[in-house]
Amino acid sequence: MTQPILQVSNLHKSYAGNEVLKGVEFEVRKGQVKAVLGPSGSGKSTMLRLMALLEPADGGSIRLRGETIGTTVRNGRTVHLPERALARQRQDIGMVFQRFNLFPHLDACRNVMLGLTSVQRISHREARERAMEMLGRVGLDHRAGHYPSELSGGQQQRVAIARALVLNPDVMLFDEPTSALDPELVGEVLEVMEKLAADGMTMIVVTHEVRFASRVADEVTLFDGGVIVEQAAPEEFFNNPRHERTRKFLSHVH
Amino acid sequence: MLFDPEIFIQQLLSPAYLWGAFISVAVAVLSLLLATGIGFFVALGRTSPKRSWQAPAGAYVWFFRAIPALLVLLIMWNALPQMFPVFRQDWYTPFVAAVVGLGLVEAAFMAEIIRSALQSVDEGQSLAGRALGMSPAQVMLKVTLPQAIRVALPPTGNEFIGLVKYSSLASVISLRELLTTAQVGVNITFRYAEYYAAAIIYYLIIVTALTLLQSAVEKKFTWTSRTTVKKTKAPAKAGL
Repeated sequence: MTQPILQVSNLHKSYAGNEVLKGVEFEVRKGQVKAVLGPSGSGKSTMLRLMALLEPADGGSIRLRGETIGTTVRNGRTVHLPERALARQRQDIGMVFQRFNLFPHLDACRNVMLGLTSVQRISHREARERAMEMLGRVGLDHRAGHYPSELSGGQQQRVAIARALVLNPDVMLFDEPTSALDPELVGEVLEVMEKLAADGMTMIVVTHEVRFASRVADEVTLFDGGVIVEQAAPEEFFNNPRHERTRKFLSHVH
Repeated sequence: MLFDPEIFIQQLLSPAYLWGAFISVAVAVLSLLLATGIGFFVALGRTSPKRSWQAPAGAYVWFFRAIPALLVLLIMWNALPQMFPVFRQDWYTPFVAAVVGLGLVEAAFMAEIIRSALQSVDEGQSLAGRALGMSPAQVMLKVTLPQAIRVALPPTGNEFIGLVKYSSLASVISLRELLTTAQVGVNITFRYAEYYAAAIIYYLIIVTALTLLQSAVEKKFTWTSRTTVKKTKAPAKAGL
């Protein structure tokens, strides 16, 4: 098997004395799609934020292509990198948020361009071309001049996917990408993600969409109480779960 | 009624009034610019997680919100030159003292406006900017600030208008702005109504112009494509 692209080990995180992650081990290989399920408050979204380097871990390590990110060892002690160094490392990890978080003061095209022009220092003209191409891939090139307030939730989330994708990340993290959407808009976003998976993108998807997980994911993970309870291929996970907690969780969502 | 329209019109069109109005607006514009600059950094200090930044920023707001602007102007013009020879030189005019004095006071208020504007921007915005790999400065300049400016514009317009009127306080340090111009004329002619009426007209014109300017700037921050959006049914198919 190839080396994992993104790997966390013994990941710990507490908020105000409340331990949310209790030593999580998780990895994703190139081209793999991993779905992460679990009740709310189980720590699955926290793991994504830590992997995206948006928050510092309390303990454990995160490795991208085998190299430790987020922290460094100085004088024998592990220390968090400063924000500027983290910013550089974040470019290789794409993040899609539950509430889209598009920039309301920029139209769809400029939302996609901003990372290219400000982070990768690509010329305005080339950035526009690449942004338009990416908007085409999510089926929204005809909405390029529209501002987020003029787009539906599903369209906003597709622009957000294009915004992360245009920077050519090694891995894409999705934090409940369809949870804030009206039911009739969920399909268009899942469709984009499914095509992305088929194109070979490495993806970690925290989701409540059991059908999407069973159809698209290579592996399904159940989070509960800050630890990983079960991890298996979809058929195995849904039809023949090994753990009682998985069975209980599935009985609630089915 | 004793009101001579001729005197009123004559004063209204006199170069002295025009100059006085210009000085009032110039003091307001420059002190607002100074206040916005200082206020931005004070606001950054107030919202910083570091106590070593919070404390001086908090002290600044506390101090300058407490001291009357009139007292600050008197200190600027009378006390400073007595204490430091630098302020006895030619460059230190009533105009400079008024701009700096009002700017320092106003900065405390602008800091609070900017602070609340920065805090009004959704947390997810800087999160998204950081996730793209933007540096803290880029997140501030390209994501947070443009959205904060929109929130800060209406109260800043208020402050701007306030400053035009506060500039009349500078009469105590012998700056010949609009109100002082009227007062000087009254002292000679005793035509109160005509001279004050002329001042009213100027203040109305200035504030009207500022109000129009404010709504024009606010329009720039509406963030919609101004083209008429055709009601075509968006195809839900994604062409990935």
